[in-house]
Amino acid sequence: MAYFLQQLINGIALGSIYGLIAIGYTMVYGIIGMINFAHGDIFMVGAFIALILFLALLSLGVTMIPLALLIVLVLAMLLTAVWGWTVERLAYRPLRESFRLAPLITAIGMSIVLQNFVQVAQGARVKPLQPVVTGGYTLFEESGFTVTLSNIQILIVVTTLVLMIVFWLIIARTALGRAQRACEQDRLMASLSGVNVDRTISLTFVLGASLAAVAGLLYLLYYGVIDFYIGFIAGIKAFTAAVFGGIGSLPGAMLGGLVIGLIETFWSAYFTIEYKDVAAFSMLAIVLIFFPTGLLGRPEVEKV
Amino acid sequence: MAERSTSFGQRLGPALLDSALAAIIAFALFSLLLGLRTVDNVTGLTLQPRPVLLAVAVGIVFFGRLLLNLFVWHAEYPLTVPFAKLFSRAPFERRDLMVLGGTALAAAIALAASFIFGSAGVELVAGSVLAFLGVGIVRRAIVQLFPDLPYARILTIGGVAFAVLFPICAYLLDQIFHLGLHLRYMFDLSILVLTYIMLGWGLNIVVGLAGLLDLGYVAFYAVGAYTFALLATHFGLGFWICLPIAGAAAALWGIILGFPVLRLRGDYLAIVTLAFGEIVRIVLLNWTEVTNGPNGISGIPNPTFFGLPFTFRGDMTFAGFFGIKYDPLQGMIFLYYVILALALLTNLVTLKLRRLPIGRAWEALREDQIACKSLGINTTITKLTAFAIGAMFAGLAGSFFATRQGFISPESFTFIESAIILAIVVLGGMGSQLGVAIAAIVMVGGFEALRHTEGLRSIFGHGFDPALYRMLLFGIAMVGIMVWRPRGLIGTRSPTIVLDEARPIGGDLVREGRA
Repeated sequence: MAYFLQQLINGIALGSIYGLIAIGYTMVYGIIGMINFAHGDIFMVGAFIALILFLALLSLGVTMIPLALLIVLVLAMLLTAVWGWTVERLAYRPLRESFRLAPLITAIGMSIVLQNFVQVAQGARVKPLQPVVTGGYTLFEESGFTVTLSNIQILIVVTTLVLMIVFWLIIARTALGRAQRACEQDRLMASLSGVNVDRTISLTFVLGASLAAVAGLLYLLYYGVIDFYIGFIAGIKAFTAAVFGGIGSLPGAMLGGLVIGLIETFWSAYFTIEYKDVAAFSMLAIVLIFFPTGLLGRPEVEKV
Repeated sequence: MAERSTSFGQRLGPALLDSALAAIIAFALFSLLLGLRTVDNVTGLTLQPRPVLLAVAVGIVFFGRLLLNLFVWHAEYPLTVPFAKLFSRAPFERRDLMVLGGTALAAAIALAASFIFGSAGVELVAGSVLAFLGVGIVRRAIVQLFPDLPYARILTIGGVAFAVLFPICAYLLDQIFHLGLHLRYMFDLSILVLTYIMLGWGLNIVVGLAGLLDLGYVAFYAVGAYTFALLATHFGLGFWICLPIAGAAAALWGIILGFPVLRLRGDYLAIVTLAFGEIVRIVLLNWTEVTNGPNGISGIPNPTFFGLPFTFRGDMTFAGFFGIKYDPLQGMIFLYYVILALALLTNLVTLKLRRLPIGRAWEALREDQIACKSLGINTTITKLTAFAIGAMFAGLAGSFFATRQGFISPESFTFIESAIILAIVVLGGMGSQLGVAIAAIVMVGGFEALRHTEGLRSIFGHGFDPALYRMLLFGIAMVGIMVWRPRGLIGTRSPTIVLDEARPIGGDLVREGRA
């Protein structure tokens, strides 16, 4: 029971990170109907930016951890958002009216570019960061096994919850959110009604990338090591989460993220850790084949 | 003249502003990732500032954007026009010729200067510019002189003839005249390029003809390679017996993996095939009892020439049987012909299948699945045959890969391989066999050649290793070519069936992702 509870806590923390990345996939897929393949690598770039910011603050002598966290969070969100914007501007916007496969190809290309740029610029080695957020609470002990809830896990869940609420409000209440939902339904009609479609799509990428930056920061704090390749697998898992929750739905993405995080954690805990990615990939195939509309998605009606 | 100079002055302000904005964005992008380098230290990671590199990167963005703004994008006469005209059939104007001549003259002077002062970097740049102009002029001259030749056919026949004759000619020339060519390297590279051409043609059946976007194609390549490797090391079977078995095994896997994804389309199909590809790789990596895990399988035998091995020792060797001197290159030349034959077989089968009912059903499926169903085409069978035949060729290529390397491990079958093969198909122009071949030569051969370019080293310093930048450039090329020519390098292809006259099909008709 204790072991199960511990895995549940770990799974929720991991799932929150996946959920944050999944929001980027779900918003982009909702609005322009493409898999932003480079989004996982935007997450990786965000993690690297956070790492460098931490090191820079450390060398500048900022030792107050909450202040450092806040600075890193804000700056990483801003700078990663610039990356997201640039990727959209360079690789996707010129192909907006092209055939459907074209942006997927450039997305794969961008994914390769980002991975290799970071590898060339920062080196291929694994990058460690000394623990920033330490400590935690022991919940209870059972037959020699202690269930702990670490501060970083609390931080992950709280940050995710707050951001979810903020983003849900943005989508539901603001003019940008309305424009975005309008573009999702019918881009041509939205543009006829005076919505700046290009700007809305750009902002979608900016929002997605800034959430990916938060996910990158939390990943860095949680695991303590990153490398240039973390984006690929995490990206696919997050995409699975987005589809599982129902593409286009924000709460769905979060829910899907939690489910994927829990599946992965429990699989590693009770079966074999080597095959944990197989579990996630199989999940992706099963979900897409049997529940393509996801948990909270709307069925796609095909018109002839 | 006065009018142009005022318009230039009017453009200068906005151009500077735009470039400054681009520079600010570039600074935001690169300030941390390029400007600060994380370095391992005894105490952990530390940062090492690289202000010069950052300044250079931002400067390149600023001045590059400024030049583009002034002379290309908003210019009344974009300076790229004459170079584009060189590769089209449009008539030249006087100023076009002046720009071209000026460029050629400048490049020639720079080249001459680089010979005198010995700068390999300048030599590389000026030489490339001159080579580019030379190719353009020759091409234009031929087109001008013989406007109605069937160029695609000539290129195809010429290419095949060259591919067939190249190793023998190179070998004989080297033997007779002692040219000291790096034959081993040349053959190695051409074998690699041919392997990718074959894989590209194989994937073209799935993506280009049937319109099924497959991002896990490398899985079938792996199945072929492992089938042969396991059969050879466990049962001592030879390459030629295993080749059809490997092809059949891969085709079977094509059906097994194709079956669940029948209902999916477009992007979803792509991502599920990617997942399958990764699952196959992870299983190969972890199923240590059979696949030997990350250590891979070694000691895979080479193919024999009708039972004659290409070895130095032994009674019945190739060299011994024909009474010629042993040379390790003979084995490589044989490997070259094996992969050439396999690649040509792939092409031939594709061309034939396109004319058969199944090929037409594939293309119909690509165009419109619902219309296809309404006309009574069995989409299940049609999709599965496309997967199976595409996978079969990947399996054949895989077992060739295993025999050539003599060693395989899951490392060789990562997602990046699938992406490269897909890039070759798409950039070559979907459905165009010639385009796929050209794209494979450019992408694989070009970047391989980059590794050995001395000039780059003199530009970027001696510690510069082009191999590190290979995948980065590959990604940039993938994005750049796609944005520049979304239809691929060869965007048209001749139709499979003609009514009255053969008109080239524009790439925009070859749609996909809808099936």
